[in-house]
Amino acid sequence: MGPWERLPQLFAYGLVSGSVITLGAIGLSLTHSILRFANFAHGDLMTAGAYIALGFLLVFQRIPALRGHFGRLSFGPAMIPAFLLALLGTGILAIAIDRLVYRRLRRARPVMLLMLSVGVAFVLRNLILFSAGADPYYYSHRIQRAIHILGVRLKVDQVFIIALGFVLVVLLHLFLTRTRIGKAMRAMADNPELAQVTGIDTERVIAWTWGIGAALAAAGGILSGIENKLITPQLGWQALLPLFAAVVLGGIGSPYGAMAGGMLIGITQELSTAFISTAYKPAVAFGILVLMLILRPQGLFGRR
Amino acid sequence: MEILVGILNYFVFFSITAGIYAVVTLGLNVQWGYTGLFNIGVAGFYAVGAYTSALISGPPPGSLDWRVFGGWMLPFPVGLLGSALVSALLALFIGWITIRLREDYLAIATIGIAEVLRLIIKNEAWLTNGVWGIKNIPSPLLGPIQGAVRSFIASHPGMPPWLERLLAGAYDWFYLLLVLGFLALLYFTLERALRSPWGRVLRAIREDEVAAAAQGKNVASFKLQAFVIGAALMGMAGSLYAHYARFLSVEKFEPFYGTFIVWVMLVTGGAGNNKGAILGAFLIWGLWALTDFLSGYLPLTDVQTGALRIILVGFLLIVIILFKPRGILGEERFVSRLLR
Repeated sequence: MGPWERLPQLFAYGLVSGSVITLGAIGLSLTHSILRFANFAHGDLMTAGAYIALGFLLVFQRIPALRGHFGRLSFGPAMIPAFLLALLGTGILAIAIDRLVYRRLRRARPVMLLMLSVGVAFVLRNLILFSAGADPYYYSHRIQRAIHILGVRLKVDQVFIIALGFVLVVLLHLFLTRTRIGKAMRAMADNPELAQVTGIDTERVIAWTWGIGAALAAAGGILSGIENKLITPQLGWQALLPLFAAVVLGGIGSPYGAMAGGMLIGITQELSTAFISTAYKPAVAFGILVLMLILRPQGLFGRR
Repeated sequence: MEILVGILNYFVFFSITAGIYAVVTLGLNVQWGYTGLFNIGVAGFYAVGAYTSALISGPPPGSLDWRVFGGWMLPFPVGLLGSALVSALLALFIGWITIRLREDYLAIATIGIAEVLRLIIKNEAWLTNGVWGIKNIPSPLLGPIQGAVRSFIASHPGMPPWLERLLAGAYDWFYLLLVLGFLALLYFTLERALRSPWGRVLRAIREDEVAAAAQGKNVASFKLQAFVIGAALMGMAGSLYAHYARFLSVEKFEPFYGTFIVWVMLVTGGAGNNKGAILGAFLIWGLWALTDFLSGYLPLTDVQTGALRIILVGFLLIVIILFKPRGILGEERFVSRLLR
């Protein structure tokens, strides 16, 4: 098959990886909009989520009632509590890191927080490496046959990833627009001083931002583990460049932009594999990033 | 006596590596310490320098090599200047795109370029020999010095074995002098530059861009100059490394060894202070060597001790930023002799 005929199939793969990138990029964009720094440890929160889920999965799989698989999916009932607890655990982890580390520099220049986050990233990644080892893990060994939808072949897992990504994005939208804390987050992103004088508890908003952002990152990490059948301590680090590209593409600090950016980066990365080596997927993300910085640094939807 | 010579030889080896790191750290100090430019892709500029020098002054591809380009065997100084030039051009490109934007963008762009360069080194075997690496990069004056040592040993029979071992390490002593000489030259030049009007503008930009612009300074141009000069120094450090290690492969340019540890060196020693940058490089490289030595006594796997050492360095960075943000030496308050 020539490269052009493969494009619809690659586009479908792009929706899958775009969903994973989107989940990571939203959290990155949220923390940036509230705390005003690029969190270089965000990818490692994805990794943490993937490993926490793995730990709980191994526990819950011991319970006979939770064994087995859902239909043709590669995972079964044990994944549900493992998934939810991993989201919760990663959220708590991010809030704890904020209390221990970032909170001490609330009034410092944002670039100092950025530097701290690089330190946090290396500590987090190597704590995972220390406790879980360098060998890759899997949620499941189950081999899946692809199904045909609209002329492309996808595994049921992949359809699930796109669907769950979509559901989480809708939930986040409802959270940001319908809940008090979500509205407070948007207010604080717009103007932190004004938010504070109107009586918004900024520390509470910050905690929620970390919690939600990290939980979404964890979801992205777990879905990446399901899709690639591979969980390593480098999982999130390798995703960092596409995440940043997605965030810049959508406009730094805009969660809605990050959604669009994530899908665009995912799709472009997969489409590029028709023409260049798959090893250069991150380089494609970087190429888009550079183009964006030259042509429209405020992002597709951002304001200057 | 034998043990003493062994320790001495290790000390020389250690100081060469720390000295090369000190050059990188001085480069980062021009960017971050003087000017406040956040470059988190140091490894990229370092790698570009190392590979450029290997292509200019290295051997032509062998029959088992994948690479088909470069290997012109030009003298070491040509390689050194070439690596500075190519690294500077790369910085010019990245700087041109990001220097007018907010500081996060520079950080993101630099981490991106370092990662892309790593992919290129790994995958473009025609240029870099890929994962097989470039072998047999010549060290400057290696042949003559070793020849002289050998003939000296041959003409003095009955030499005690420890002296023979000491002399056998003579080339490393020479290379150490080369690195330290370069470092000293660099240090005095940078000190002069920092105290010059040029250096004071950089500091002014770091403290308050708007105020510096209001004084009629072309902020973007000064930032770009600092970024390019810092990158050129990183490139030259890469060249010094290539001609000492004689072998290049992609692992040496991973984010930890290429970027992160350099940041820890600068922040520990004292950003904005050239003495601090050099002190930090030797201290942190010493800590790294010490933990390597100690980790042999821990009942852990190699992966675990490796991770533990990185965790330690990461914690060190966090603790210093939180509790001693000026580092050990800190920046001098006044650099102008007129303000004392």
